[in-house]
Amino acid sequence: MKKWFAYPYGVWMIVFIVAPILLVVGYAFTDKSGAFTLANFGSVAAYAGIFGRSFLLAAVSTAVCLLMGYPLAYIMSRSGPRLQSIYMTLIMLPMWMNFLLRTYAWMSILENKGFINTFLQKIGFIDLLNRTLVPAMGWEALEYIPLINNSFAVVLGMVYNFLPFMVLPIYTVLIKLDPKIIEAAQDLGAPQSIVFRRVIFPLSLPGVISGITMVFVPAVSTFVISKMLGGGKEMMIGDLIELQFMGNAYNPQIGSAIALVMMLLIFACMAIMNRFDDGRGEEGGLML
Amino acid sequence: MKKILQNCYLAIIFLFLYAPIAVLMIFSFNDNKSRVRWYGFTLDWYVELFQDSQILNSLYVTLVVALAAAVISTLLGTVAAMGIHCMKRRSKTVYLTLNNIPMSTSDTIMGVTFMLLFAALSLPKGYLTLILAHTTFCIPGVVLSVRPMLRQLDKSTYEAALDLGATPSQALRQVILPEIMPGIVTGAIMAFTISIDDFVVSYFTAGSNTQPLSVVIYSMTRRRISPKINAVSTLMFLIILVLLIVINMRSSRDAKKKS
Repeated sequence: MKKWFAYPYGVWMIVFIVAPILLVVGYAFTDKSGAFTLANFGSVAAYAGIFGRSFLLAAVSTAVCLLMGYPLAYIMSRSGPRLQSIYMTLIMLPMWMNFLLRTYAWMSILENKGFINTFLQKIGFIDLLNRTLVPAMGWEALEYIPLINNSFAVVLGMVYNFLPFMVLPIYTVLIKLDPKIIEAAQDLGAPQSIVFRRVIFPLSLPGVISGITMVFVPAVSTFVISKMLGGGKEMMIGDLIELQFMGNAYNPQIGSAIALVMMLLIFACMAIMNRFDDGRGEEGGLML
Repeated sequence: MKKILQNCYLAIIFLFLYAPIAVLMIFSFNDNKSRVRWYGFTLDWYVELFQDSQILNSLYVTLVVALAAAVISTLLGTVAAMGIHCMKRRSKTVYLTLNNIPMSTSDTIMGVTFMLLFAALSLPKGYLTLILAHTTFCIPGVVLSVRPMLRQLDKSTYEAALDLGATPSQALRQVILPEIMPGIVTGAIMAFTISIDDFVVSYFTAGSNTQPLSVVIYSMTRRRISPKINAVSTLMFLIILVLLIVINMRSSRDAKKKS
């Protein structure tokens, strides 16, 4: 084992990781003829609204993932070893079903004539609403509850797709917690809620932070979920980038500028997040 | 009481995770193209699936790319992890930081950067571009799953092997490799999984004749997904499920043997 073993991968990373990023930077600062320009960033500013919405939706999804995923990871870490491996498999397994299809299936569930609305009609819930809440609020009579083609559906799609990325890192940290520390806190008379708030939660922060990163980054840049569940009305940064590179609006210069700004914003968010996590000195490489 | 609440919570989460999958699977047997109404049981979509050259071809592309990416990334990543293990702190940090980039940038950005790179190198989009791109985002996982194994490695066993007259390459193959094998296998499985699951990077790097399954599915979502796709996904899902159960049973049997 010698350190030159890593050199082939070093060359690989320069060609396939560093060079492409430099290309994006290059494109972002040039016009179609190749001359230096800052005009691309001017065009990006016009999309500030889309940036804002993407970061907002991604933040909401990340928060929901955390609220749903932490208890799940906690319950998992407290189960017997056999159950733990079953839960683990159950959480990973959906990822083997193509994610586009899983998202597509949500369309059948959420649609106006989809499963939820059909069910609510059958049990008379929508009629009930029409007789009570709707007149009270002065709305028009409902035929169905609008569950799709709105921000709710987009957030739901993101939570659905990225929840495992939140659960796994938190779970990994929680099972490694030394039970002696928890026992010590209990022996010293701390009630359960304090043990959790003052001991378990702070110690699980590294997992929480990598979970947040692993959910937020893909959520902010997704371009399929918004298209399928948002009905195309809810454009996000990912859609915008895709449009510049693959769509009719082909313009790699502006696309690169958008991608670059998004990358920098994500790095800024991550840098702020990592502030909360000073304990992770364990030579993991700098998280940018 | 607490136990019941916990189980309810788990049940709700798993219902949430599996409801769409159940919908997909059930409607692969639906005797109609509708994806919300049930018209009766049929196996027609499974029969048609094996006559659909576009879907079969894309399945082939997916598997070839995933296998190639898994093999290359496992080889390159394992060797790289060994090299990084021997490095001084500074260069180690540089390597690990670069290694983290594919994992901490979004796949949309990765896809775009690859697209620009391959255009700049004037590489036509096809198998080569797909495999290069997939290998790049698979390696970091391999490196990260092999590294902990190397850190647990007892240095003295390697030195003992050398003292007993083994050449460095013998010691590497017969002492170190068996020790870190679990990490290598995990890395390889992970690489294969994320390659199969990938859509975004493939979308930006696939040629029109080498579209993996996910890209074909995407082009269908604009119109209407054929239940044939439900059928192929159901088959893949069941195969994986059986594989996982077999692996699980074998490993729990091994664990029993050991104890």
